[in-house]
Amino acid sequence: MRALRRPVGVTGVVLLALVLFAAAFGPVLWGERATAVDTANLLAGPSAEHWIGTDNLGRDLFARVLVAARLSILLALAATAIAMVLGLLLGAAPMLLGRRLGRLVTASVNVLVAFPGLLLVLFFAVVFGVGARGAALAVGLAGAPAFARLCHTLIAGVSERDYVAAARIAGVGRARMLRRHVLPNIAEPVIVYATMTAGAALLTFAGLSFLGLGVQAPDYDWGKLMQDGLNGIYVHPLAALGPGIAVVLAGLAFNLTGEAFAAGPRRTHVLPPAGPPSPATAPARNSVLSADDLRVTIPGPNGPIHAVRGVSFSVGDGEAVGVVGESGSGKSVTALAVAGLLEPPVRVQAGHLAVAGEDLLAPGAHRRLGTSLAVVFQDPMTSFNPAHRVGPQLAEVSRFHQGLGRRAAFARAVDRLRAVRIGDPERRARQYPFEFSGGMRQRAMIGMGLMGEPRLIVADEPTTALDVTVQRQVLELLADVRRDTGAALLLISHDVSVVTDVCDRVLVMYAGRVVEELPAKDLRALARHPYTRALVAAVPDMETDLDRPLAVIPGLPVDPVDVPAGCAFAPRCPLADDHCRTVAPPLRDGVACHKAGEAP
Amino acid sequence: MSALTFHEVSVRYGAHTVLHEVSLEVPAGRTVGLVGESGCGKSTLARAAVGLAPITSGSILLDGRPVPTRGRRPVQMVFQDPYSSLDPRMTVGESIAEALPGRPSRQDRQSEIARLLTLVHLDPARAADLPGQLSGGQRQRVALARALAARPQVILADEITSALDVSVQGAVLNLIRDMRRDLGLSMLFISHNLAVVRYVADHVAVLHAGRIVEHGPAARVLGDPRHDYTRHLLASAHPLKEHT
Repeated sequence: MRALRRPVGVTGVVLLALVLFAAAFGPVLWGERATAVDTANLLAGPSAEHWIGTDNLGRDLFARVLVAARLSILLALAATAIAMVLGLLLGAAPMLLGRRLGRLVTASVNVLVAFPGLLLVLFFAVVFGVGARGAALAVGLAGAPAFARLCHTLIAGVSERDYVAAARIAGVGRARMLRRHVLPNIAEPVIVYATMTAGAALLTFAGLSFLGLGVQAPDYDWGKLMQDGLNGIYVHPLAALGPGIAVVLAGLAFNLTGEAFAAGPRRTHVLPPAGPPSPATAPARNSVLSADDLRVTIPGPNGPIHAVRGVSFSVGDGEAVGVVGESGSGKSVTALAVAGLLEPPVRVQAGHLAVAGEDLLAPGAHRRLGTSLAVVFQDPMTSFNPAHRVGPQLAEVSRFHQGLGRRAAFARAVDRLRAVRIGDPERRARQYPFEFSGGMRQRAMIGMGLMGEPRLIVADEPTTALDVTVQRQVLELLADVRRDTGAALLLISHDVSVVTDVCDRVLVMYAGRVVEELPAKDLRALARHPYTRALVAAVPDMETDLDRPLAVIPGLPVDPVDVPAGCAFAPRCPLADDHCRTVAPPLRDGVACHKAGEAP
Repeated sequence: MSALTFHEVSVRYGAHTVLHEVSLEVPAGRTVGLVGESGCGKSTLARAAVGLAPITSGSILLDGRPVPTRGRRPVQMVFQDPYSSLDPRMTVGESIAEALPGRPSRQDRQSEIARLLTLVHLDPARAADLPGQLSGGQRQRVALARALAARPQVILADEITSALDVSVQGAVLNLIRDMRRDLGLSMLFISHNLAVVRYVADHVAVLHAGRIVEHGPAARVLGDPRHDYTRHLLASAHPLKEHT
C-alpha cells in the first residue's frame, strides 16, 4: 500500500471512495429528490434550494447528477470488464491455442490496435444499436485490442520463465498454467491498466450519451444530463457543466488511483547521518592505489546496507592484487569505489582513497586522473554503446583526455585493438559491438583502457561471463598487458583459481571486510582463516578426490543489512567460540581471526 | 531406473542447425556429463528431451520407446537460473505439489512434500515459504525436489550450479552424488565446468558446434582425451602457470 503514502495516491483513493459512495447510495439517498417534479421551478438557475438549478420538469439537477453516478460508473466498469476478459483471452491465445492459431489471433489483434479507438466504438455502437447495453458492449469491444496487446506482451514475458517450462514438464495443463502461473504474475500491471481504462471508458460513455448513441430516456447518465443541459448552456451553464464536472472528477479518481499504483516507487530508506569521519591519513608510499578504512553504505529497502565495512589495502606499482569473495562480500562495491563510480545516495567514506596520487574523495578527481585508471567490467554485452562503432568509442578516450584529433585518435584505436590481439583491426574498428564475440568485446574493452597509459587496471569479474576457452585468452592478455605497460592490476573474482593464476597477492573478503591477505601462491596450502580454507576446499578442481564428499560451508552468507556483532563468519565457523561471537577480530599479520591457523 | 537414448537427433531453427545428428545414451542408473562451450547446443539437447525444443529429425527414446512430450514427463529437468525456476507467487510446497502424480489426499501431499524436502536436505517447515525467502542454493534444491516429485526415470540437470556461490555449489554437488547413490537416478548433467563434471559424472560426452566429438568413461575422456577439442577444453581448465 505504498501508493497511499503519496499525495497523488491519497487524492485518487479519496476521490474514488466518494465516487463509489455516490454510485452505491446515490439512488437511495437522493432518488426521490431527483424525480420530484416542481412545476413552479422549470429550468431554474442555481439557488439555495437547487444548487445547480432544475431541468425542464423542475427536477433538482444536483440530485440527478448524484443519482446518475450509479449508471455511469456501472457502465464504465462493465465495459472495462468486457475489455479485460476479452483482452486476456485474446492475449493468452498463443498459450491456450498453440503456436499456429495463436499467431493468427495475435496478428488480428495487431491490426485492430491500429484502428483509432473512437472509430471502433462508433462502429460497434451502430452495430449493437442505440442504448445502454449496446454502448457498454461497444466500448468494451473497442477496448479489448489494446488490452489484448498488453496481456500478450506480459504473458509472453512470463512464458519464457523457467518455472513455466518446469510446470509444463511436470504435466500442468494449459488452463491451469494460465490460472496458477501466468495470471498471478501479470495481475499487477493488468489491474493498473484496468483502472485507467475505466477512467477512459467513463469519458467515452459520456461522449456516446452526449451524441445520443448511449443511454436513452427515461434512464440518464452523466452524458445524457450533459446533452439535456446543452440546450440552455448560455442561460444555465451549470446544467451542462455540473455533470461534466462529475465526469472529470470520476475520471480523475480512476486515473490517479491507477497512476499511483503504477508509479509507486520502491521506497528506500534515507541513510542516517554519517558517523564521525575516519581520521584523514596519507596514502602509502610507492603505491598506485591506496585505501584506508574504506566504508561504503548503500540505502536499501530494509535499511542501510553496509556493503564495505572498513577495508584498508594498497596496490604497489605494477603489482597484481586479487580480491576474492562470494556474492555480497563487498568485493565488487570495493572495485566500484576504487574506480570512482559510486555516486550519492551511496555513501563512500575513507581515511584516504587515492589512485595514482589523486585523492578520489576530492571533487573533480576523475578529470585529473585522466587515463591513468582503466576499468574492465563483467558483462561484455553492456560495456559498449551498441549504437556506435567500436573504433570511435575507443578513440573518444584519446580525444577527450589527450586532445587528439579525430584521425589520430582513430589510428590509435586501431593500434590498440591490434595490441589486444584483435585480428584485422582496421576492419573491426569500423564494426558495431554486436559484431564482436563476447571474448573479443572484453579484449576491446581492455584495449579501451590502453588508449592512455594506465597505471592501474581495475577488472571486475572480467571472465565470469565468458567460456572457459575464451576466459584463458582474456587472462593471458591481462598478464601480457601488465608485462608490457607495467600497469598494476586489481582483479575482482569469485573464482579462486582465476585469482591465483594471475595475481601476486590476494585479499579475501567476507561480509564487507578483508578477512585474510596473503601471497597468491600460498592461497591453497597456507591460508590461516577458516573461511579462506573452506572457500578453497569447496571448489572441485581436476585433482579433487572423487571418493569423498566436497567440503561445504554450513549456513548462509551474512545479510549485509544486519551484520552480527563479533566475527561475521562466526555463525558458520567450526572453530568459533563466545569470544568470536562478541568481539570482531582486527586484521593483524594478514588475517582477521581469533583462531587463525588452528586446525578445525 | 531407465536408459535415455538420443538417436541421431537434429534440431534446426530455420537455416541454423543447432544439433547435427547427435547420438548419446544415458545408461540406467548412471550420470552422463555433457560439456562444451556456450552455444554448442547443450541446453537444446536437454530441452528436446522434454519437448521444450522441437526436433527436426531423429528420435529420443526412453527404454526403447519414444519419450512422451505431453503431460507429466518421465524425464524431468532442473534449470540453471534459481531465480527464474520457481514461481515467485507460489510457496515451496505448492510448487512441489504441482509435480506430484495422481491426486493425493491433503495429508499424503503434505507428507510427500516433507519427505522430498528432507531428501534434498531442506527443513520441511520451508514448505510454507515463498521463493523470495530462500537463497539461490536453497531454491536450486527446491527445484530438484520438484523434479523428483514427478517420479522421473531420468533427470536432466542444465548448469544447475553455475549461478551459485562456490560455498553453495559444493552442497548441491554432494546432494547430486548422494541421490545417484541412494536413488539410483539416471542423469544427464550439463555443465561448462570440467572439474564439476569430473566430480559427478561416470561418463562424459563433449559437444562442439552441435556434434558429439568425444564420448566415454569420465576418467578416460578427461585423463586421456583423444579429440583436439577436448584437449583444448582441458588445457583451458588447468591453471595458467603450469602451462606458461
